[in-house]
Amino acid sequence: MATFGNLSDRLAETFKNLRTKGKLSAADVDGTVREIRRALLDADVALEVVKDFTGKVRERALGDEVSKALNPAQQVVQIVNDELVTILGGQQRRLEFAKKPPTIIMLAGLQGAGKTTLAGKLAKWLAKDGHTPLLVAADLQRPNAVTQLEVVARQAGVAVYAPEPGNGVGDPVKVARDGVKYALQKVHDVVIVDTAGRLGVDAELMKQAANIRKAINPDEVLFVIDAMIGQDAVATAKAFQDGVDFTGVVLTKLDGDARGGAALSVASLTGRPIMFASTGEGLDDFEPFHPDRMAGRILDLGDILTLIEQAQGAFDEDEARKVAEKFATDTFTLDDFLGQMQQLRNMGSIKKMMSMLPGAGAMKAQLDNFDEREIVRTEAIIQSMTKLERTTPKLLNGSRRMRIARGSGSSVTEVNQLVQRFEQAAKMMKTVAKGGMPNIPGMGPIPGAGYGGKPKVQQKKKGSKSGNPAKRAAENAAIASGVKPAGETMRADAGGSGFGLGSGAQPGRGKAGGPTEDEMAALQKMLGR
Amino acid sequence: MAERTPWSLSGALRGMFAKKTIDADTWDDLEDALLQADFGPTVTEAVITDLHAKVARYNTTDPVDLQRMLREGIEERLSVLDSTLTLSERPAVVLVVGVNGVGKTTTIGKFAKFLHTYGRSVVIGAADTFRAGAVEQLSTWAERAGAQIVKPQMTGQDPASVAFQTVEKAKNEGIEIVLIDTAGRLQTKGGLMDELTKIRRVVEKQGPIAEVLLVLDATTGQNGLAQAEAFIEHAGVTGLVLTKLDGSARGGFVLAVQEKTGIPIKLVGQGEGINDLTGFTPHVFAQKLVG
Ligand SMILES: Nc1nc2c(ncn2[C@@H]2O[C@H](COP(=O)(O)OP(=O)(O)OP(=O)(O)O)[C@@H](O)[C@H]2O)c(=O)[nH]1
Ligand SMILES: [Mg+2]
Repeated sequence: MATFGNLSDRLAETFKNLRTKGKLSAADVDGTVREIRRALLDADVALEVVKDFTGKVRERALGDEVSKALNPAQQVVQIVNDELVTILGGQQRRLEFAKKPPTIIMLAGLQGAGKTTLAGKLAKWLAKDGHTPLLVAADLQRPNAVTQLEVVARQAGVAVYAPEPGNGVGDPVKVARDGVKYALQKVHDVVIVDTAGRLGVDAELMKQAANIRKAINPDEVLFVIDAMIGQDAVATAKAFQDGVDFTGVVLTKLDGDARGGAALSVASLTGRPIMFASTGEGLDDFEPFHPDRMAGRILDLGDILTLIEQAQGAFDEDEARKVAEKFATDTFTLDDFLGQMQQLRNMGSIKKMMSMLPGAGAMKAQLDNFDEREIVRTEAIIQSMTKLERTTPKLLNGSRRMRIARGSGSSVTEVNQLVQRFEQAAKMMKTVAKGGMPNIPGMGPIPGAGYGGKPKVQQKKKGSKSGNPAKRAAENAAIASGVKPAGETMRADAGGSGFGLGSGAQPGRGKAGGPTEDEMAALQKMLGR
Repeated sequence: MAERTPWSLSGALRGMFAKKTIDADTWDDLEDALLQADFGPTVTEAVITDLHAKVARYNTTDPVDLQRMLREGIEERLSVLDSTLTLSERPAVVLVVGVNGVGKTTTIGKFAKFLHTYGRSVVIGAADTFRAGAVEQLSTWAERAGAQIVKPQMTGQDPASVAFQTVEKAKNEGIEIVLIDTAGRLQTKGGLMDELTKIRRVVEKQGPIAEVLLVLDATTGQNGLAQAEAFIEHAGVTGLVLTKLDGSARGGFVLAVQEKTGIPIKLVGQGEGINDLTGFTPHVFAQKLVG
């Protein structure tokens, strides 16, 4: 993605000129709009949507509504972000449950979009909420799609209705219809009908999908679309809208690094809400769709919100609150610094977390160099300090540092570096604790919905506000403790960040990491959701 | 099969090439058409700049000339690379890789059939030991194609060991071609990409790999390039397979892929039927794309 340079880079470039001029002229706006257009195209947003979108941004940027409090660069980013969130989230809503069960959900989409896996995820998610979903195997086309659904059902611990072997044998319309009957008999309150993948241009198969819809009269028809899809999203979304008239959209494979412009295209062209995001191959890699995150992703401004949530999931609440108080009252010590870092280790992969920061692409090299053993070294150094030294780092003169170096088996330079990083971290944390946020060099802090929803979190969770900066600060501590240069981690360049990266561990596959379910649940509780 | 709109730019370009003279609208329309075919902003810009220069050089105002130049330009770009499959080793081992759901397993089924038709003996290795139903899906294809199959002894078995056993079987029994299916993986998952490197390494213990085919879905947008780069790095891709060209997607991103990576397209998938696979010919591709 970084191949073409990303929007943040290019906007920062345009903004440089804008800032010196102080206000937005038509020429400034045109230049900026051109960059936005290009970024959106690189992100695979459909051309007609891009045209429409940039038109609106241009109009607003030239209008009077722009806040005089913001610098021009910030104004444009805010307008763009607002527009994105409006399109992506204008229609936010939850699953519609039938007044009289069973609730019938039909899945439809192109081949390979991820419908069958999604069926399992959705079922598992609903089962967790006390529902008793039934999966219906109406993909009788793709070889062994039926087998796959059966396995997925078993993994999700839900029932499956699969009367036909598939592989071209059996009538999907009949299976779907019988499946609903079966659910009534066996008192399942939700029916999820998996259907074969089909192309928008395949009139015959689109008709079959329409027939399935007619036969079961679903409460929801979910259009499942791959986040990696390009401009074809337009033709496909329109074909499925005409063909089966879906009621909601699910975006899959968001754990990759596709920017997912299709989300914007589909939402904008069909007016249907994007309801869920699928973020991995494990059945738990599934979540309600967050428009603000997607906006940040399309623009490649990182996903601060997810990062914060992950941190919150992994951190001990009390500890966090204590630390937050300390930032506020300016008594953050080396002991706290160490504590923070040790907490970070519980967070699973630091690298994974870091990769969600804006500009993570450019940080990749640094991340790869990041050595968790650094934490062990830091531990040794801090533990060689006296209690007084830990609480009053100012005491650390030359001879004390020498003693500490000897005691911890490190060099004085290393001790110096640690103290320096600590001071940097303390400074950063103070900023955060006071409600500010670290700057994106070249852009300044962005107010409002700015870059990815952090301010929103603060609004949302007034009560536990203290927790939040702590997590943020902690993440800065991680940066300060190992990933250099600390001050530059917010650099808004390079692509590839995405909220999907946060998807949890896949049992038996790849490396585990990220917060556990319990941690996420604790977070939800904390946020009062 | 039902009636289908052909995948090509020709619809988008028809109006434009029907005009009498090239004007500003022609260029705008051309740009739109290329962008909508997933050429991406960078390649689109390059193609248009190139065409501008050509139109000036040949001093033409006829849109028909423009169309021909576009077609020839694309063909030229694609012909630089050699699309021939190298399957002369015995056994010729072909590793098939790609992100989730692009059509790896289906391609193997079709390819096995194709080879079988030409009298080659084929054994397929079910090294996707991860996805639910993957082994069964591949078995069905093997059966349809008249190929043998080596399956894992248990679910979740190390894919490299399945691949190894498949090659071993081919050697022991004198089977000519080995096709190895692998689990879909997103190119961003380091651990899974390393797994691929391992499969490759283990297979190479028994001899060189003839082809590593990366399957790309024509509906993919600009992410296709990132996919190609990562798989080339971790799996040593030697050829591309472009699937789902029977849909409305044009797969224009492969131009950028070819240019950046120098890896040729070798096969094209155009449907879910066992015969819906063809070799790649730049001329035909450009002809179909531009009209
Ligand atoms: N229309 C069309 N569909 C295709 C083509 N190739 C594959 N498919 C379909 O795409 C879907 C995914 O194909 P698979 O072969 O299972 O893809 P895969 O890459 O093996 O998938 P995973 O192993 O799950 O990663 C299936 O429904 C196939 O029938 C093609 O050329 N055209
Ligand atoms: Mg497969």
